[in-house]
Order: sequence, then structure tokens, then C-alpha cells
Amino acid sequence: MEAHASQTLLPGFADPVADAQRAFKAVMQAMSRPARAVPFEVALTAPAPLSPVVAAMLLALADYETPIWLDVPLRNQAVVQFLSFHSGARIVREPEEAVFAVASDPATMPPLMLLRQGTPEYPDRSTTLIVQVAALRAEGLRFEGPGIKREAQFSFPGAPSRFAAELAANRAQFPCGVDLIFAAPGAIAALPRSVRLVKEA
Amino acid sequence: MPRDSDPAVAGAPTDRQRLMQVCAQATAAELDRALAALDPLPAVETVRQPEVGLVMLRGRVGGDGQPFNVGEATVTRAVVRLETGEMGFSYLLGRSQEKARAAAIVDALGQNAKFAARLEAALADPVSARVAAERAASEAETAATRVQFFTLVRGED
Amino acid sequence: MYVAVKGGEAAIDAAHALLAKERRGAPDVPEITASQIREQLSLAVARVMSEGSLYDEDLAALAVKQARGDLIEAIFLLRAYRTTLPRFGASAPLDTAAMHIRRRISATFKDLPGGQVLGPTFDYTHRLLDPALAEAAPSVTVATAPGAEREAAPHVTKLLDGQGLIETNPPADPDAPVGDLTREPLEFPAGRDLRLQALARGDEGFLLALGYSTQRGFGRTHPFAGEIRMGELEVSFVPEELGFEVPLGSITLTECEMVNQFKGSADKAPQFTRGYGLAFGHAERKAMSMALVDRALRTEELGGEVTAPAQDEEFVLAHCDNVQATGFVEHLKLPHYVDFQAELVLLRQLREEWVRARDASASGDGKQEAAE
Repeated sequence: MEAHASQTLLPGFADPVADAQRAFKAVMQAMSRPARAVPFEVALTAPAPLSPVVAAMLLALADYETPIWLDVPLRNQAVVQFLSFHSGARIVREPEEAVFAVASDPATMPPLMLLRQGTPEYPDRSTTLIVQVAALRAEGLRFEGPGIKREAQFSFPGAPSRFAAELAANRAQFPCGVDLIFAAPGAIAALPRSVRLVKEA
Repeated sequence: MPRDSDPAVAGAPTDRQRLMQVCAQATAAELDRALAALDPLPAVETVRQPEVGLVMLRGRVGGDGQPFNVGEATVTRAVVRLETGEMGFSYLLGRSQEKARAAAIVDALGQNAKFAARLEAALADPVSARVAAERAASEAETAATRVQFFTLVRGED
Repeated sequence: MYVAVKGGEAAIDAAHALLAKERRGAPDVPEITASQIREQLSLAVARVMSEGSLYDEDLAALAVKQARGDLIEAIFLLRAYRTTLPRFGASAPLDTAAMHIRRRISATFKDLPGGQVLGPTFDYTHRLLDPALAEAAPSVTVATAPGAEREAAPHVTKLLDGQGLIETNPPADPDAPVGDLTREPLEFPAGRDLRLQALARGDEGFLLALGYSTQRGFGRTHPFAGEIRMGELEVSFVPEELGFEVPLGSITLTECEMVNQFKGSADKAPQFTRGYGLAFGHAERKAMSMALVDRALRTEELGGEVTAPAQDEEFVLAHCDNVQATGFVEHLKLPHYVDFQAELVLLRQLREEWVRARDASASGDGKQEAAE
């Protein structure tokens, strides 16, 4: 690392233990109550275009054993340096090598099938895809599954047209498949691989 | 990636690595004494609080073959930034947070032309001298246990 | 069905208090400190570090104290502690040839380059109890000799190098992944990297017995102690954010290379083969046993037939971890009332059936016997 680059490094969590626990709790609640927004306010400053909410999640969840893939807009020196310094994670070139993949824009999020799917023996060896979105909406696609009472509606602006078909394909290979987390300013929501899309009648 | 661009990966250790080695060999008291001798220091900002973690120690099959994991060791790390801009890093065996912070300050000072030379006299020289003396004493004690084997041949020839 | 317990919490608290009192022993005897254990019971500390898989002398000494000298309990404490810490990465592979040697012997090469030094060893002691040690012993003065110029101390393989008399390691592939059984569950067959990791944290007593069994004929490997060395070695690590090697400090290690006679196989000429052992601290018995078992586990690779326990990878690796072993053995003392009740019901039923069958066959034979 060049000395001059280090001088621009933004600080990580102010209170590493408590801040990481808060982030972990938000992700856990989002995963256990799929398709529902969980408030998650963070005080972190992250290098653009990485959102502070995503930065907080990665600082809590990633370490040197969980390679991170970043899409092209995120792959700038400030973001790479911030994440590798504060989490120790390697930044990898191919999404299939990543434990966490981050997309800055839902329109260009990587196809789910390009990510690590896990194996029947170790379905946990799959990628978690984190997508930065402008907002989380309690309307649109309808979901059911563990953690959802009857049915939940969820969508976000800018979803690619392939999204519903990819989710259905992802669910079809359960217990393999990827988990998704959507991060909007101040809130997150998750679509773990266990959710099923409710077919329109 | 930073690893490709750094000349220190292979070959002779850089001055910075040599100073980090001195910090690894130094006692907490030696580090404190050196920093006190260099006073006044630039203001120090904590970038990463001293943190205790693990490094997996790797051996090699047969001493020179493929690496394998032997077991972990406790390691404490810290990062500081001087008001003059230098960032100092430390990674040290053990769990001393004070020592990790002091070593990070030394690493930062070592990158500052004003302090680098003075660190030699204040820290590197006394620590290296102590370590050399201890090693010589240990080697002399070990040498006293040296054995020599002679092959004795029985018979006429 | 389940069984509830009443007053359990208070009983457990009282048991813990009693344990603490018992650990302290008679209050008129001064309490031992962790630093006394670190300095004066250093071989216990070494064992706890190796099998606890964590190099930290102070923590290992504390664990020995807290466990009242029960080393497997101390190992358990250290293993539990390490799970609470983040891992920063893996060290650069240790170069044991660069060790500052405090003990080095060879049973095969009398004129070892770099020489043979006995160092602090129990060998050649008379194994007579020393009453003078019961209380504080007088301080010891040790002999010194002019240390020769620090000679290079190469590994034994280098001595017969180039003649093909001893197997050499294939050059290391820096990009090959290094298996880690603390991250991924062990699968069989395991590579030699995983086997050595399992043996390094394996129980000394178990490995000793297995090594001994190979010497007694259960999978003979015809071993010689090619070299045993103990000393200090500097460890370094490349942090992701720095990108260069950072020296971390020094650790004590014991290394053993066994040299084994090998008659050759269809595709390998006769030559010496090797078994390898490496342990934290001064741990000679452990390193030697590990080297014997490592070589025994290579039987199949070297074209031999697996016939003995020490050669059976799954048997050795699945049973060498004393924390796993003690967990499964000791869990038997936890309440199994429901399991046992079910067994009891089943047993009563089986006995009834047995009696009915016996009576039926007895009446079939025309004999009359009293029912049970």
C-alpha cells in the first residue's frame, strides 16, 4: 500500500464490537423475516459509491477468509482499500470466487447462476449477493416460505426484467442457491434461497 | 493489488521490515523507553484500535515441502497515523495491546525522515545488542552440550 | 417425554464454587501463578499449546492452572478461547533450517553438518527422584563453551541429496490451497497437509501408542531418527493491507525427521523414505510419534497394503483429537434418562418375546416347564 493512499483511508467502525453486533443483528433479522424491510441506520462514512449500509454489513461479516467481489463501479482504489484494510478480505475478480458479491446497481446485478451455488453436501458454500438499491417497497412480487406469515410483498426500483425468473430458478435448486440482501439508505431486506415466488393467479 | 507493486516481497528486508523485526524482539519497556527518548512526538491518531487475533502458523512437509497448518498463534495488531501523515502498522505475537500500539508508532516514525535516524540509537541499537548478547549466551550454553562421535575400528588394520 | 430438573442451577453454582476451592488446595500453601507454570512446567505448557493448537505460553499456563493440571481440560480451554478470536491470515511457511538450535541430534548421521548438541534433555539422566527439588532448589550454574561460528544446519535429506538414496519433496506449489480442518470438515482420503495438521493437534498418548505399535510389528516402517531439532524460529506474516512480510516474533518448535527403510515398489526404486513431525515448544516425544505415524499413513501412497491401525487414515485421523474424544466419552455421564427408559421398554419387550418363544418351543417338544 502506498503511503499517500493510506492517508486518505476512511475510519471503520467507531465502536467495533457494538457496531458489528448491530449490523449482524440487522442482517439476521432480515434473513429470518424475508422480504421485509429492517431498519438499519449507520453512522459510518464509506467511500463512494459504496453505500454506508453495505460498508457496515461487510465490516461486520467479511474477513480474510471471505473473498468479496465488487462490480465495476465499486472497484475503485478507495473502496478496495477501505474494505481490505478494515475487513482483511481479498477482493476477487470473478463473482464465482466470492463469498460476498456486491452490486452497486440492481439493473446490472450479476446473474444469480454466475455466483457460487454451494454443493448438496455443503450448501453453505455459496455466495451472498448484496445489492445496493434506492428504496425497499412492500409491494410488487409476492413471496412465501419460512419466516413469512402467509405472504409478503417486496420489490425495489430498477429490478432487471430477468429477476423473477432467476429467483424461481434459484429456489428450484434448494438447498443450493444464493442468498440476497438488498440495502437501501437506512434499511435492508433479504431474500434467502428459501423464499418462493407466489405465482400470479 | 498492493502485493504485486511492493518491492519488499522478495529479497533483502527493507529498513521498514528491519525496524518491525526490532519491535517484535523488543520488550514493552524497551519500546516505551525509546518513545520517551524521542519526545516530543507528533500527535498520534488511532486508525485501528489494538486488536487481538490469530495467525495460522504454517510448516512445510519434511521441512521443505508443501505447506501445512501446524496451529495458530495469538497476534495483536494496531494502526496509527501521525499528524505529519505517516501511517504506522504493527503485527506482533502475543496479546499486548500497549506493545502493539507502541510498535505501530515506531513504524510510523521510521517513515519520517526527522525520526528515522534517531530510532536507531534509541531503539534498534539497544534491542539488537541485548538480543545478540542473549543469543550468544544461549549458544555458548548449548555449545557446551556438543557431542562428537568417533568410529573405532577393531583389529589389525 | 422429557425429564425436568429442579434446583439444578443452584447445584451447578455450588459445584463450581467447590471446584474453585479444590483447585486452590490447602490455603496455607502459596498459590501457584501462571508465570510459574509457564517457566517451570514448560513441557506441560508446550503440550497444551500443540494440542490446543494455539501458540500462547501465558494462556496455556493459565489453562493448566485453571484445569488443575488436567492437560486435556486445559487443551479444551485453549481450543474454546481461540474460537473467540478473528483470524488475520496464515504465516509465511516456517523455514526450520533457519532455526536457532538449542538441541539437535541424529541417530543416523554421526558427523551431521552443524554438529550434534544435546541441549536440555532428560536423556542420560538416571531417572532418580531428586529430593532436593521438593523445596526451592539451589540455583544452577551451567557450563558454557565457545560457540562455533554459526554453521548452517541443513535437513538430513540434503546430506544424501542427489544420490536418490532418500526421497525428496516435490517442489512446493505456492498456489496450491492448504487444507485446514478447523475450517472444513475432514474428508477421506485426506491430503498429507490435512493429515499433518490433524497429527500436530492430535493426542500425544494416542500417537505414541500408534507409533509404538508400528515398531512392534503392526505396520512396520523400519524407522531411524534421522534428526530431532528444537530451538527458536522467527515467524512472519504478509498482511493483506501491507503486501510485504512482517516479522511477528519468535516461537519455539520441535521437529523430527524419521528416515525409513523402503524396499521399493513396482514403480519406485528402493530408497529411504521419510516421516515428519513438528510441534510447538519442546515436545520431542510428540514430534517423534507424529513422524512415525505420518510415515505409517503413507503406506498406500508408497504402494503398500494397509493392514495395521496406524496405517489406517480414517482410524487415526478420526480418533487422534483428544478434545473430540473426551467430548464423546464424557458426554455419557450426562443425563440419558429418556434414552435409557426407551431401552428399558425395549428390553422388557424382547425378554417377553424370548420367554414366549422358549415356552412355545418347549410345549412343541411336549415338555412342561414352569414359565419364568
